[in-house]
Amino acid sequence: MNLKTIVKGKAKGIIMKSNNPINFLGAVDKKTGLIRDENHDLYQQSIKDKILIFPHGIGSSVGAYTIYSLKSNNSAPHAMICQKADLTTASGCALANIPLVIVSKEEFDSFENGKNFEIDTDSS
Amino acid sequence: MELTKDEGAALKGEKGETFELAYRILVATGEAINADRLVPISWAHLSGVNYNTIGDAGEEFLSKISNDAKVAVKTTLNPMGFDIDSVSNYNLDQNFIEKQQSIRESYERMGVTPSFSCIPYEIYALPDKGTQVSFAESNAAIYANSIGHLKTNKESAFSALASALTGKSPYSDLRKDDVPNLTIRMKIQQPNELTFGLLGFFAGKVADNSVSISGVKELDKRSCKSLCGGMGTSGTCGKFVLSEEETSEKVDFDEKEMQKIHDELNTADNGDLITLGSPQLGLEEISDLSSMLKNKSFKKRCMVFCPRAVQNQARKLGYTNEIERAGCEILSDCCTCLTPLIDKKNVDSVTTNSIKGAYYLKNSNGVGVNLKPLSKIIQEETK
Repeated sequence: MNLKTIVKGKAKGIIMKSNNPINFLGAVDKKTGLIRDENHDLYQQSIKDKILIFPHGIGSSVGAYTIYSLKSNNSAPHAMICQKADLTTASGCALANIPLVIVSKEEFDSFENGKNFEIDTDSS
Repeated sequence: MELTKDEGAALKGEKGETFELAYRILVATGEAINADRLVPISWAHLSGVNYNTIGDAGEEFLSKISNDAKVAVKTTLNPMGFDIDSVSNYNLDQNFIEKQQSIRESYERMGVTPSFSCIPYEIYALPDKGTQVSFAESNAAIYANSIGHLKTNKESAFSALASALTGKSPYSDLRKDDVPNLTIRMKIQQPNELTFGLLGFFAGKVADNSVSISGVKELDKRSCKSLCGGMGTSGTCGKFVLSEEETSEKVDFDEKEMQKIHDELNTADNGDLITLGSPQLGLEEISDLSSMLKNKSFKKRCMVFCPRAVQNQARKLGYTNEIERAGCEILSDCCTCLTPLIDKKNVDSVTTNSIKGAYYLKNSNGVGVNLKPLSKIIQEETK
C-alpha cells in the first residue's frame, strides 16, 4: 500500500470508516470514545479499539488532548488512517503512540467498513 | 523532514525525556504538513488549559512534564474553566477547582505567562510583520496570519507546547507566502457579526490551508473575530485574504449556504441565558457594549467574557459600570467555550452571537443554542 507514515507502529482491528472530518474536542467523548455530534455520520458509535478511517481532523487545537485522553482511558482507536494529515490528529497520535498513516484518495475509497485490517508501518 | 544534528540527538532522547517528546511531536506534525525543516519561533500561545477539555489525562501529563520542562520563548495561555476571582459564586465541584488549579500551577512552573485569554492579539503588542510564532488557539492563529501579519501554523495544543519548549516549529506552507487556491464570493448583503461567523464556518468547511474572500467591503473587529472563530471551528484553514481578485476555483456563500449552517447550529428559539464572548471581548467591544447598554437592563442573565487584562483596563475607564448596571456578569480567565459554568443540569439553552460558542455549547456542554446578532440581543432581551 502506498502510504505516508506520520506515527509509526502496528495494529489490527475492525475498520470504522467515516466520510466526515472529525472535530475531536467537540464530537468525541474522551472517556468512552463515543461520537456525540448528531450531524456526524458516526453519531452514537464508539471509535474504541477500531481502525479509524476518516478524511482528516478539524477544529479545536485541544482535540490533541482528546486523543491523548482516549488512549489514557483505554478508549482510543488502535490506529488511524487519514486522507490528509492535520496537526491536531498528528500531534495527538504522536503523544499517545497511536499509529497514524496518510493514504491516497483511491486507497481511502477502497477501504470497507466492518472489515478486519492489519497495519504495520515498518513492513508496508 | 530534515533535522539538524542537535535536533536529531534530542529526538533520540540524548537531551532528556521532555525534549524527546517535544521533538517526536514536531516531527509528526512536520510530516503531516509536509514541512522540510524546523524554523525558530519567538512566541507560543498554548491551548489545553481548561480541565473540562483536557481532563485527568491532560492534568496528569502537565503535572509530570512540568517537573523539569521550561519554555524557551515567550509563552501565553488560553482560558481555563472559571474566573479565579469569582469562582466561589458558582456552585462548582471541588474536584474541578483543584484539578484546574493544578493545571494552572503546572503551566506556571514551566514559565508560561498565565494570560488565560483566547485573544492574545488584542492584549499584547504584536511583533514585527512576518515574525514566526506558534499559536494553538484556532481563532488566534487565523487572526495572526490574516490580520496580524504574523506567520503561524494552525497549531494543535501539543505542537504549540512542543514549540514553546524548543523554540521551533515545522516550516509549512502557511509559514511561507501561501497563496489561496479557492475564492469564496460573499453574496450576503448588510452582513452582521453572525453572518461573518457563519461565513467563517462555511469557509472552514470548504477551504484547505488558506482562502481568499471577495465581496467584503469592511470588517469591523467584532465581525473579524467572529469570522476567525467560525473558521477555526469547522476546518483546518489557517488564513484568509480579503481580495477582489478571484482565483480559478470559486464558490458562493449565499442565503442558501448560510441558512444550512444556521440550521445546523441554531437549535433553540430562545435562551435561558445570554453569553457574549467567544472569542473573548476586547476593550473596543467592551466599550461598544457599554454604549449600547445605556439606559437598558437585561431581562435575563447575561455572561460577558473578556481577558483579565481587558477587564482591568475597562474598570479604570469606567466601561464596566454601565455593563454591570445592566445586569451582566463580567467574567475573566474563562470563555463561553466549554466552561463548566454553563451546565445542562441548570440550563436548557443559551442565546449567543458566537458561532464558535454555538458549536461547543451544543456538542460539548449539551445545551440548545439560539443564535442572534448583538444588536438583536440588546433589542429583544433588554428593557
